[in-house]
Order: sequence, then C-alpha cells, then structure tokens
Amino acid sequence: MLAEIGHFALILTLLVAIAQAALPMLGAIRGDAALMAFGRSAAALQALLIAISFGCLMTLFGQADFSVKLVANHSALSQPLPYRLAATWGNHEGSMLLWVLVLSIYGAGIARFGDNLRVTLQARILSVQAMISVAFLAFALFTSNPFERLFPVPLDGAELNPLLQDPGLVFHPPLLYLGYVGFSVTFSFAVAALLEGRADPAWARWMRPWVLAAWVPLTCGITLGSFWAYYELGWGGWWFWDPVENASFMPWLIGTALLHSAIVTEKRGSLAGWTILLAILAFSLSLIGTFLVRSGILTSVHAFAVDPERGVFILAMIIGATGTALALFAARAPMLRSGALFGSISRESGLTFNNLLLMALTAVVFLGTFYPVIMEAVSPTNKISVGPPYYNLVFVPLVAPLLILVTIGPMLSWKRDDLAVLGKKLLVPVAAIAALLAGLTLWLGAAQVVAALGLALGGWLVLGAVLVLVRRWWSAGGFSWRLVRTTPAATVGLVLAHAGLGFTTAGIATMTSFAAEKILVMRPGETAVAGPVSVTMLGAEEVDGANYRALRARFTVSQNGNERALVSERRIYTVSGSQTTEAGIGVSPLGNQYVAIGDVQQDARGQGLVVRIYWHPLVGWIWFGGLLMAMGGAASLADRRFRIGAPQVRSPLAPNLVPAE
Amino acid sequence: MKRVLFILPVIAFAGLAAFLGFGLTQDPKELPSQLIDRPLPEFVLPGITDAPGGGPGLASASFKGEPRLLNVWASWCAACPQEHPVLERIAAEGFPVYGIAWKDKPEDSRAFLARYGDPYSGMGSDFPGRTAIDLGVTGAPETFVVDKKGRVRFKQIGPISPEVWEGQIRPLMQKLRAEA
Repeated sequence: MLAEIGHFALILTLLVAIAQAALPMLGAIRGDAALMAFGRSAAALQALLIAISFGCLMTLFGQADFSVKLVANHSALSQPLPYRLAATWGNHEGSMLLWVLVLSIYGAGIARFGDNLRVTLQARILSVQAMISVAFLAFALFTSNPFERLFPVPLDGAELNPLLQDPGLVFHPPLLYLGYVGFSVTFSFAVAALLEGRADPAWARWMRPWVLAAWVPLTCGITLGSFWAYYELGWGGWWFWDPVENASFMPWLIGTALLHSAIVTEKRGSLAGWTILLAILAFSLSLIGTFLVRSGILTSVHAFAVDPERGVFILAMIIGATGTALALFAARAPMLRSGALFGSISRESGLTFNNLLLMALTAVVFLGTFYPVIMEAVSPTNKISVGPPYYNLVFVPLVAPLLILVTIGPMLSWKRDDLAVLGKKLLVPVAAIAALLAGLTLWLGAAQVVAALGLALGGWLVLGAVLVLVRRWWSAGGFSWRLVRTTPAATVGLVLAHAGLGFTTAGIATMTSFAAEKILVMRPGETAVAGPVSVTMLGAEEVDGANYRALRARFTVSQNGNERALVSERRIYTVSGSQTTEAGIGVSPLGNQYVAIGDVQQDARGQGLVVRIYWHPLVGWIWFGGLLMAMGGAASLADRRFRIGAPQVRSPLAPNLVPAE
Repeated sequence: MKRVLFILPVIAFAGLAAFLGFGLTQDPKELPSQLIDRPLPEFVLPGITDAPGGGPGLASASFKGEPRLLNVWASWCAACPQEHPVLERIAAEGFPVYGIAWKDKPEDSRAFLARYGDPYSGMGSDFPGRTAIDLGVTGAPETFVVDKKGRVRFKQIGPISPEVWEGQIRPLMQKLRAEA
C-alpha cells in the first residue's frame, strides 16, 4: 500500500510541477499577480508531495518490505536499521528521488524566503525551477520507478555494497546533492535574469545566498567524500582524480568562481555576463556529473548504475537545460547593461583574474575527465584514461598563482588601485613569507624545496586571512572594539574560507612530500618502522560482527615516546561475500598513524599477516581546511544584509491586487 | 565582435554534446584488436618483488602449452579493484591468470596485491610501458586470452565482469583447452 501511495504522490508531483513550469511564467509575461502567486503555492505543494513519496520509500526500506523490487535488491535483513534507511539513496532509483526531493525543497525555499525578490523575477525563477523538476520527475517515473513491485516476494534481500555501509556514506550523497541541486537555483536565477533582460546589483544580492547555500554543502560533501575514501578504501589516499570525484570538483570550482563573480556584480554592477555564464555552467557541470555516474561512459569505482538508456535521457536533459540556457545567453547577454568600469589594478580585476584561473582549472579537470570520450570519437581504436601525472603536471602550475592571488585580492580597493600603494601593503606579508620559506628550506633541506614552497603558500594564505581582520580592526585611530563588534559576518566568512584553503594547501604539500609507508608480512610480537612510526603487532583473532565475519589484528603504535593501541579488521560480508578493510587510524593534529591488514601470506620466516603501515603528516589539515571553508561559507550566509534585502523600487503591483483591465 | 564572444559558449557546448552523444552509442566493452589470431608480441619483463632486478618476471615465451589469461592492470587504475574479485574467482576455478603491472611502481603493485590478494600465477612489471605499446594496450584493465600456441584469441577492454567471464571468456577458455 505504501508503495502505491508513494508512486501516486510522485505522479501528482509531476502534474503540479508541469503547472508550476507554465503558469507563473505566463503570469510574469502578462503581469498577472494571481498566476505569479500560484507559483509560490505550487512550489510548497510540490515539496510536500515529494516528501510524502520519499517518506514512503524510506519507510518501505525501514520495514524491509521485499515485495518492492528496489528494497529487495538493495537491503537485507542482516543489515542494521540505519544502513537499511540509508540504502534508500544508496541506489540509482532512490538517489533520483532524493535529487527531486532536494530540488523541490530549494524551490519551496525560493517561494518562502523570496519575499524581498522582484515578483516577476521570483515567478520566472519558480517556473524555470519547475521545468528542471519536470525533467527529473519524468526521468524518475518513466525510466527508474523506485516503487516497482516484485513477485514472487523473496524472503531476504540482496545487500548494499558493503563498502557503502558506513556512516560517512550515509551523509556523503545527500550533501553532494544539496550542492549539485542547489546550483539549479542559481541556474534558474540566471535564466530568469536573461528572460527579464536585467542582471543588476539587486539581482546578484538575491542570488548570493543561494550560491552559498549550494556551495557550503558541496564543500562539506567533497571533504567528507575525501575523508571517507581515506579511511574506508584502505589506501591511505585522499584524492584519486577519479571521474566521479572530478564530477563533484568541477561544479565546486565553477561555484567558487560564481561566488566571487557575484560579489563584483553585487557591489559594482559589473561582470553580470560572467556571473550568468558561471551560474549556467555550475549547474550544467552538476548535471554532467550525474550523467557520468549514470551512463557508464566512463568506468569508475562509483558507477553503480550503468545503463545507456538512462544516459540518453540525461544527455537530453543536459542539452535541453544547458543548450537552451547558453543559446539564451548568446541572444540576451550582449544587451545587459554593463556596470561601472574599473582599472586594470583593482579588486574587480583581481576577481576577474581569479575567475579566469578557476575556469582554466575547471577546463583542465574537464579535459582530463572527458579526454577518453573525445579521443574515442576521434579515433575509435583509441581508448585511454588520464592519470594523476597529468593533473599534477597541469593543475599545480595553475593553482599556485591562484593561491598567491587569494591573499592579494582582499588588499585591493574597488574600482582603481595603485601599484605603489599595493606594494606597501604587501611588503610585510611578503617579507614574512619569504623568511618562512627560507627557514623551511634550511630546515627541510634543498631537496624538499617543493614541500617548503607548498607550506609557505599555506602560510601565505593563513597570514592573508589574518591580515584581513587586522586591517578591519586597526583603523587610523588604532585598535577598536567597536570595529571588532561590527565586523560583518561576510568578512568572517572570507577569513575562515581563505584560512581554510591555507590549511588544506599545507596539508597537501606535507602529505605529498613526507608521507611514509611500509608493507610487510608481520607475526605477533614483531615490530616494524615507517617514517617516525614504530608498530608492534600484539595478536590477531577471528571475530563476528552484525552481518560480517572479520579477522582482527591488534597493534601498539609508538611515536616520539607516545604509545597508543590500534586495531585493524578485514571483514567478509556473509551475504554478498565481499571484503572490506577497516584500517586502524591514530589521529593527531600533526599527522595520522595508519595501520591496515591484508591477506595471510608466507614469507621467508613463515606465515604471517600482510600489514601496511603509513605515516601521514598533516593529512587531517586537508579536511580541517575543507571544513573551515564550509564554515566560512556558512558565516557569509548568515550575513545580515542578505536578510534585509536590497533597496529596490517596489513593483507597481502589490501581490494581491489584480490590475483593472 | 563582442557578440561572437557570447555565442562561443553555446557552440562549444554543441560540440561537446555531439561527443557525449557519440560516446553513448559506443559500447565501451567492444574494441577490435590488431593482435587477434596473431602471436603474442615478444617481451621479457622483470618481476615486482623487492629482490634486486625485481625477482622472477614474465616472458612471452612462457605462454605455451596451455591457454592462459594475460591481465594488464595497475594500482592507480580505478576499475582494477572492481575486477579483482573476478580474477580471484577465475584463478580459484583453475584457469591460470598472468599479470602485467603497467606504468606502475613495483612497490605500488605489491601494495595493491597485499591489499586485495594475489590471484596471479606470474607477474611482470612494465613500468616504462613499452610492452603495453606492443600489446596495443589503451587503458587498464585489459585482458588477453592466449591459446596453447601463444596466439592472442580474444581481448577484453575494461574490467572482466562476472557476466563476461561466464558468458564469453570461460566458454572460450574451455574451447581452447579442448583444442589440439
């Protein structure tokens, strides 16, 4: 019964979305306030219906109702309840349902918190948002109905991929979806602006919180995904340049550019064309991310639903959304009024340069990801994939100038700045970082100059962030508490995000240069050393878990006189027979000790366990930096000026009045 | 002039969409190999152990007498961990699987096998990637079916799925075993 209710609610949602796609747009064109108001009610109704549908599916998973095909295929009785619930979105059909749920929640958000928006703009945004809904709802209903029944009903279901049975993965996809789908709002803003032929500072100010609302969860999602890969895949790697990782990284890069470009449009009215283009691209890349995972065009660890037919549908959606939006951009953007001019040395030009670099980085990742597809089309016998060496070679030289610019940018004044003035401001930080670099080179040795450069760059970013606060708090009259108290949340956001980037950079540089590893066969009582870490194996025994059997090995790890106990497991999941490794990780601010066991093996001294020992210096900084960035975004989102709205000329029609014809 | 700049994104996108559409029409699994029914190109590769010279390696001359699988893989390849359980199963079913670690540092290859288990009867390290060029390898993983006389009879692009093993490669291996 629940399955039918869910299915029915899904069909109703589609009908509501179709109406919402057409009517408010019509209302905006004809100036009909009633039709525009319909958009707001429809958006709320759509969110309610899809929430019912999603709730039904989740309950079905909770009840382990194997008469529903999806439940039978993706959960088993032996699975703990939280993971059975998480299995709702751990598969293609369910994750599509989650996608439309998030989409309509954002839609309802525009309806609810868009009071200060121009009504015609809001109506158009809601219409465009509903068009995207229609496409995805049709996709869910016609190619991947989650409520399909199964007969005969099996006694137990097939298990969720055990790699995915992990708290990290319970939250990873919803966060990414909040990010991906969040960019649908900025996409709708961009298309609505093109349709209205107006992209002014007020428009940019309305859009900015939505960019942040997408960027913050996307940042969290990527950070969490990287952390998950680190401890669950048992490799000790934190980024693999896997196509699906790239698929989440590209919208992030473009989203970051959009965030900064929108600032220029908001403060100075310039770069409106850029902002619109970036908003279109951010969502398009999110769609392409989905396309990658679902179509099987690129092989990847993540590809759990490989189906060309769905690929065709998603490709059609991408062409429909991106193609139409870009065509509209080509037709309308040249007519947008451009804002104030700015000098070649100014904060505007700094942010433009930042945008160009971020676009170039996205292009690099894009090319690396799609090179195989493009090469194959050019010469069919050529199937290749591009590995980490390409990214290291091309990505790093582009990232370095960007990171240097991050600290300089906030020092520049709007409109026009002077090189001599800038030079004076830069004197102290450049000297400080040069001293740091020299010190690091002496300490680490000339061979580690790359690591020293990376660490110095991290220091440069953190220092730059701190200097923003210093400049804010110390005015001509000295330090003042009044200035501290009145610091806008957006400034705090800038400081946190830029400092976070610095921590991430330092972490990556150290990890890349100083990680130590050792792989060997060990027996209880033996000791091995990797880098500064010394590991002694205490013993190994078989244990039983909820739905797996495991070999568990216990270790003592000592470093600089501090000892701690670590445990690593090799699990075999009884239903599916798949194996996973649970690494033992000793976390500390300066680095992680990482111990993972493998097979039983013979070596010259007899039988033992294969043990991998890693020392990962500052690896935690990579994720700490990511979290700081997300917190920075959240702080910006809390800025008061987004709530009070932009000064604007009220639309001549009050919402409830219908003009006399 | 300025207008042209605004049209550029949509043109670039049209090109990309064409490529993606084309990509969809391609079956990623099927690809002809120049080597089918020809002898395996000659190679002598070092092993991947930490002994000097890499220990016992792999040579094309040893592909005689019984049909074998030659799997080209790498620790950096994203699809290889997916394929690995299938290789272990193939080895457990008694079909010999040999490996070439392509453009992979021996210590990384060792780490991979330590983590996922080692189904290979023999392993050669092709760190420079020369042998892979002779084999016409275009990506990892790829697997060649080599018959009793050392001729390539089939090439699998991408990971061997359980379906491909049961439906295509195992029947072929059984047929090759029965061949004179």
